[in-house]
Order: sequence, then structure tokens, then C-alpha cells
Amino acid sequence: MSIHASHNLPANQRIVITGVGLTAPNGNNLAEFRAALLAGKSGVTDYEIRYVGKTLAGVCTFDALRYQSKKDLRRGTRAGSVGIYAANEAVKDAGLDWPAVTKSRVGIYLGVTEHGNVETENEIFALKGYDYDTAYWSHHHNPRTVANNPAGEVTLNMGVTGPHYTIGAACAAGNAGLIQGAQMLRLRDCDLALAGGVSESIHTFGIFASFKSQGALATHADPTKASRPFDVARNGIVVAEGGCVYVLERLDDALARNAKIYGELAGYAINTDATDFVLPNPERQAECVALALERGGLTPSDIDIVSTHATGTGQGDAQECQALRNVFASSDKTCFNNAKSFIGHAMGAAGALELAGNLPSFEDNICHPTINVDQLDPECALTTLVTVEPRRQKRVEYILNNSFGMLGINSVVIIKKFSQN
Amino acid sequence: MTTAEISEEILDILSDIAPDEDLSGLVADKPFREQLELDSMDFLDIVMELRKRHRIQIPEADYTHLASLSSTVAYLEPTMKDMVKK
Repeated sequence: MSIHASHNLPANQRIVITGVGLTAPNGNNLAEFRAALLAGKSGVTDYEIRYVGKTLAGVCTFDALRYQSKKDLRRGTRAGSVGIYAANEAVKDAGLDWPAVTKSRVGIYLGVTEHGNVETENEIFALKGYDYDTAYWSHHHNPRTVANNPAGEVTLNMGVTGPHYTIGAACAAGNAGLIQGAQMLRLRDCDLALAGGVSESIHTFGIFASFKSQGALATHADPTKASRPFDVARNGIVVAEGGCVYVLERLDDALARNAKIYGELAGYAINTDATDFVLPNPERQAECVALALERGGLTPSDIDIVSTHATGTGQGDAQECQALRNVFASSDKTCFNNAKSFIGHAMGAAGALELAGNLPSFEDNICHPTINVDQLDPECALTTLVTVEPRRQKRVEYILNNSFGMLGINSVVIIKKFSQN
Repeated sequence: MTTAEISEEILDILSDIAPDEDLSGLVADKPFREQLELDSMDFLDIVMELRKRHRIQIPEADYTHLASLSSTVAYLEPTMKDMVKK
């Protein structure tokens, strides 16, 4: 048994999730998101963006004015707005008496795949109308594009004076944000962490154009069928926006205020391929999963649900499946699913959102499916891949969440159903 | 542009910069900052909008003239009186 296993730690080192706030293309809170995942409801729609033209995307419909003024929206960024919405919703969900919370002891850690592309493209586009005279370049450009912007906007909105920053971790960022929050709580750098990930990526034409040039941008006559990880006819990524912020607390603090506990961090790992800019490395991915299991004092057969990272690309999906087959060969009870098939790839938010969509499984013991697998690619064969319909499981005790990104960053988070012992 | 038209133009810029504010009761001689939630970045927005909309370059030393509606109009009148309202 690992000394790192969460149940071997004292309560002031055990980290629990006590609040969830999110916006996804198919839901603006956890209940809506979960209902959509169980109902097979996609959030992918037709979309148009400058230069690229007609394409597809996962677009969020949250009420940005719920927590911000029109002036806030004018001045800030979409990523900031997503973060503000999700953070406020998370705090509300956690049942915290927010005015009474010591704001200097709150830390904000948001994962981002990229930040600043949207704002820079917008400025250059506007500057074209002034013959590229930089006298017309906005003074808002720098505060909008500094890498900490999304987390910084949350501090301004919520009056948080503790540490804040973003974690740049490509598409592993959602998990990385959560991990960072947990680490900072364990170090007592903060008493409450607002941690997760955000994405505004559908507002930059560059990300669509780059995936298109790479041959990795999904197309389909029916937008809801475009994101199809593991399917033999998959043809790329659907870019999505979104955000998910967790309230994380040390267990003793959560118990002291009688907080609702969604689950406990049982293990995590981040490692690196060091092999390619974009192509994943299944060997390193498998090592990352194995390391997270080892740190949690767990074996593959302890895991009830694996939330896969698969994005719908030819090679990426097959390689993740290869890694998972290697690690989970000994487990016949572990179910595999994929939320990107519903919402597309929410980039910096993906890991955090996809984990959130599975958390209610601790209560209802249901594994949401992967949709759009009309014909399973043999290279993606996982015997317990849940497709089409949700699957009832005997009991869900552990969820393992994969989130991988470019430049070979891999992240794995394992969440355990909470029990005090 | 007439004085009234210049004033309308400033109010139009302000409505973009401060979209949550009710500008109907704005007192022309009273400083903007005493009536509206404007910070230094907002004042730079006024300068930028005048530059973008009318190609008016305001030197930094003259920013103090933009304190109130009436002082702004008085400052801009010599430059804008020969412009045609769009």
C-alpha cells in the first residue's frame, strides 16, 4: 500500500472537491451538463469565424451578465468571463458564506491551453482599418493578453487577494489546474482553491486554421456527429469553449463546515513524452496513468470509470487506447467513456469539464456513454468502452481522468468517492 | 459640427465606454469622475475613440481638458467645428 494513498494521509493533507461551477456547450451547470451526457445531447453546432469561414464548434450559452457588467465584458476577455462565471457558480454550489471567507487565503489556479491569441487577432484585424498605424492599437491589449488574465479577472470580480495564476499545459491544463490547487492547499499556500480550466479558443481563427492545415479539423454534414472519438470515420477535432472551476478544500476544513463533498483526490500524475511536438506517445501516457495509480495505492481493477482524453484524431485516439489496453489489461470492470464526443475539445477546460461530467457517477453509479461511435475502429477497441447508451455499474468508487496535450504533456487525476475512513 | 453635435458625439462615445451608466442626467459642468465610474483606462478609451472616429490626436498634456462634458466640448470645438457629423 502506497504511503501516498489519500486514506493514509492526515485530514489536513486530504483534498476534497466541495463545489463545481461550469459552462459547457451542452450545459451551464453540472446538473444540466450531466443530464445532457446521459441523454446523448451534443453541444456542437455550425460556426463561422473570420478567414476560416464556415466550420463547427462547441459554443457556450452561459449568461455572462450574471456576474459581470457590460463594461466588464467590454474590457475583459472571453476566457476571463468564462472563469468568472464558473468560479462564482462553484462558490455558490459549495455553499460558502463568501463575504465571510478570508480572501487573502483563497488561491485561483486556472489551466489554459493558450491565451492571448483571440485578443491579438482582434487587434490586428482592427488595425488593418487604420493602415496598420499602431497609434490605433488598444491600451487594453496588454492586460487582456498577459498569461494570468483569466485567473486575474476572477480575482478582480470576486475580490480575491490570495495567489492567482494560470497554468499553461496545452490540453492537459484542466487536470493541471486541479492538481496545482491541491498542491497549494497541501502546502498551506491557501485555505481554499478555485481550480480548474478555461477555454476561449473558438474565438481565435488561428486554432481552427492550424488544425485544418494539420489535417486534424473535424468536418461532418451533421454538426452533432462531427466529434466522434474511436469511430472508424473520425476525421479530427471539434474546437470548443468552456470552463470548469472546482472549489477544493482540505478535508478537515470541509468537514468543519459540514460541506457537501463530491469526491476526494486519490492520486494524480503529470509527465512528459519528450518525443514530438504533436504526436502522443502511448508508452509515456501509460506510465502517467500507472504513476497516478501507484501514488493512490491503487491497481487498475480499482478504477470503475476512465474518462478518456481522445479528441477524434486518427492517431491520437488509437495511441491512447493502446496505452489504456496496456494498463487496464488486468481489469474487466473498468468502463471507458469520452465527453468530447458530446462537446468537442474544450482545450484548457477539457480535463476539468470531462471529470465533472463523471462525478455524479458516485451517486447514480451510471457511466455516461461515448456518442457517435457508429463503427468502432479496431485500433480503438476497449472491451468495456461505453457507447451509445449510459451503462449502470455495480458501484462507482474511483474515476480516472486522462488529459493530454501538445509538446507531450500528460496528466492523470484519480478521484475517489468520499468516505471518511 | 455644432456645439450640440459635438456634445452628442461625446455622449455617444461615453455610452460605448460605460454601457451600464445612465447618461441622461449627466451634468455638463461636473467632472465625469464624480458622476460615472470611469478610471484612467476609460479616459484613454475616450482619447482612442476620438482618434478612431475623427482622426483627432490629443496630446497627453491636454488630457486634463477631458474632465467634464463641457470642458471636453470646449476643448474639441476648434478642431471639430469644421467637421461634418456622420
